[in-house]
Amino acid sequence: MMAQTIALRVAAVTPLSPTLKAFTFVPAAGGLVPPSGPGAHLRLFLRDGAKLHKNAYSLIANPADRSHLSIIVRRVAASKGGSAFLHEQVGEGDVIEAGLPANLFPVTRTARRHLMVSGGIGVTPFLAYIAAFAAEGTPWQLHHFCRPDEREVFAALLAPYAGGSLHIHCDGTLDGLDAALRRQPLGTHLYTCGPESLMGAVLGQAQALGWPKVRLHSESFGGAVAGGEPFIAVLKRSGIEVAVDAETGLLDAIEAAGVEAPCLCRGGACGQCLIEVADGVPEHRDHFLDAEERASNRFIMTCVSRSRTPRLVLDL
Amino acid sequence: MNIPFKPNETFRDDYSYANSDAAVLRFPFPFPDDNYMYSVNIEPHVPGGPTPAFDNPFDVDEHYVAECRERAKVLEQDPSRCKVLPHMMAAEWDTLELIMESFATSYPEHFTLTREGINWTWENRPLGIRDSFTFGDASTLPLPPFEYITRQAQGDFTLQDQREDNLFIDGGMVTTQADWSMDFNVGMTFHQWHGPVPLAHEKGVFDRALKFLLRLQYGAPVRRLNWTMTVNPRLDTSPENYPQWGPDRTTVTPENVGRKLHLRVELQSLFRLPRSNAILFGIRCYLCSIEDLARVEIWGKRLHRVLRDLNPDIADYKGTTRYREMAVAYLAPFDDGAALPTGTAPRQSTLPPRSTLTSRG
Ligand code: FES
Repeated sequence: MMAQTIALRVAAVTPLSPTLKAFTFVPAAGGLVPPSGPGAHLRLFLRDGAKLHKNAYSLIANPADRSHLSIIVRRVAASKGGSAFLHEQVGEGDVIEAGLPANLFPVTRTARRHLMVSGGIGVTPFLAYIAAFAAEGTPWQLHHFCRPDEREVFAALLAPYAGGSLHIHCDGTLDGLDAALRRQPLGTHLYTCGPESLMGAVLGQAQALGWPKVRLHSESFGGAVAGGEPFIAVLKRSGIEVAVDAETGLLDAIEAAGVEAPCLCRGGACGQCLIEVADGVPEHRDHFLDAEERASNRFIMTCVSRSRTPRLVLDL
Repeated sequence: MNIPFKPNETFRDDYSYANSDAAVLRFPFPFPDDNYMYSVNIEPHVPGGPTPAFDNPFDVDEHYVAECRERAKVLEQDPSRCKVLPHMMAAEWDTLELIMESFATSYPEHFTLTREGINWTWENRPLGIRDSFTFGDASTLPLPPFEYITRQAQGDFTLQDQREDNLFIDGGMVTTQADWSMDFNVGMTFHQWHGPVPLAHEKGVFDRALKFLLRLQYGAPVRRLNWTMTVNPRLDTSPENYPQWGPDRTTVTPENVGRKLHLRVELQSLFRLPRSNAILFGIRCYLCSIEDLARVEIWGKRLHRVLRDLNPDIADYKGTTRYREMAVAYLAPFDDGAALPTGTAPRQSTLPPRSTLTSRG
């Protein structure tokens, strides 16, 4: 089952700095964009000639009227990928395919106070967070870390909330955060988004100061990427070979090849899609097999799992 | 298609609730095989299934108007059946948006949603409701958004907040529950809620289901069926009201078991809500007498086998102990023992009349 997608038309492109551009999308077919919440991201399927880039970007607003979706994209210096394509080749009126908004970085609704720490372009989900906190009247504080030459760009993005508890640091250290981490009242949740090194340092410092893990959150698009290494599934009984590319699931590929395979939940939970493995080593991603079954590598749940070996021979 | 509503039927006192032939044939029969065991029987909630009950995200049928009335009655006596914790307000609006959009798309002849930005007008013709309001501003609706819309939908609903890698039941509208109570479930975790189910824990059913649900995606809802049995077509068999319905259980006799005993099926659906990241759990209840079920050949035979061979622990939990044997005896003459195909589709498009119904054994 392929995930649902939507066709979006680029309604506006706004350069914010030499390397930052904001994009606003509306539905290509008219109507409303799908609803989303703070922390949600959008996966864009960017067709660059023969190449397909799938990039995820945080939504910077979740408008109640569902009139548009907006993201900010940094052009990565050495990029041969999606960000360069968006910066150089995509303009107003272009139509792009996207997945439905998904959220791997949601707000904790029971928190009494929210402390956000961002680095550079990692501020984007927090633009949506702050709007939600401001609307609900929940106390918040943001510490943003960036290069001195970009201070003005980020200050402008955060200008609507300039009256709030907003701190921009450009000294190249996390020193500015120390007091905030030490003095957070009980019930505060900490969220961080930015380069891995920054997130790691922030979480490490918070843990060292005794913050419980359940109150620490960091953005990661890891779970957004369903694919993995391509491999060949050899269907022994059907006598065919199915190429499973990086973006397609094993079960989807088997079905696309016209072979019927058992399944129910398509999420690694129900156990219906279990198939015996005759040769090769599966990469288990399910919740069904127990540790022993996994280790034996005798079975695979085709709906979510993949292969560690270039070929995987299945009893199907 | 216009649904022929039956606004005056009742789910209490004289129990005038009954299924038309069409309603029997669209019943979401829960047994694809001759024996029943707990499993993670979750599948994508996509349109289409063995009967038309699966055709829409939220099913509306001939009992809609009467069921909404029954809900209003229960709430009048016990307003605590609808409870939502304050941090779930975004999820309340999510629910309203999802149900209004689904109803208006699935049943345009009965429901209309008109939107100009955040100024919405909702028309529910079967219930005679027309309201204009501002999306996101609860003061513009006559009731809180979750209560407002779930009073206009069949089935119970709970709201699950996701945090700490767990799901917390932080809201719900529960007026048609089968022996569980919203009162002591608000704030509970997924596992606490499923506490007493025998065998399911040993088999790890809930651990797997929880892991699966934590990853549930917006736009990819899932569903499963659950079942139990109820004496009389009573929707509200809550623990609080046991004194009212408990004694019904002693009124079943071999003569009336066919009419009195109802298979109670819950079509449970789970939706990731986009704005709040909460999960909406819909528990849509269908009731059908075993007399009517036996008019569908394949269902009568299968129900006989399932009840006859039911694991005793599960039979106990489902509360069927008292009348299971009577039901098995009633159904036995319909079952010639022939092998049945896997699946739950009725495989017939008309029903024999009730009066001429005779056993096939
Ligand atoms: S289809 Fe359910 S585990 Fe694969």
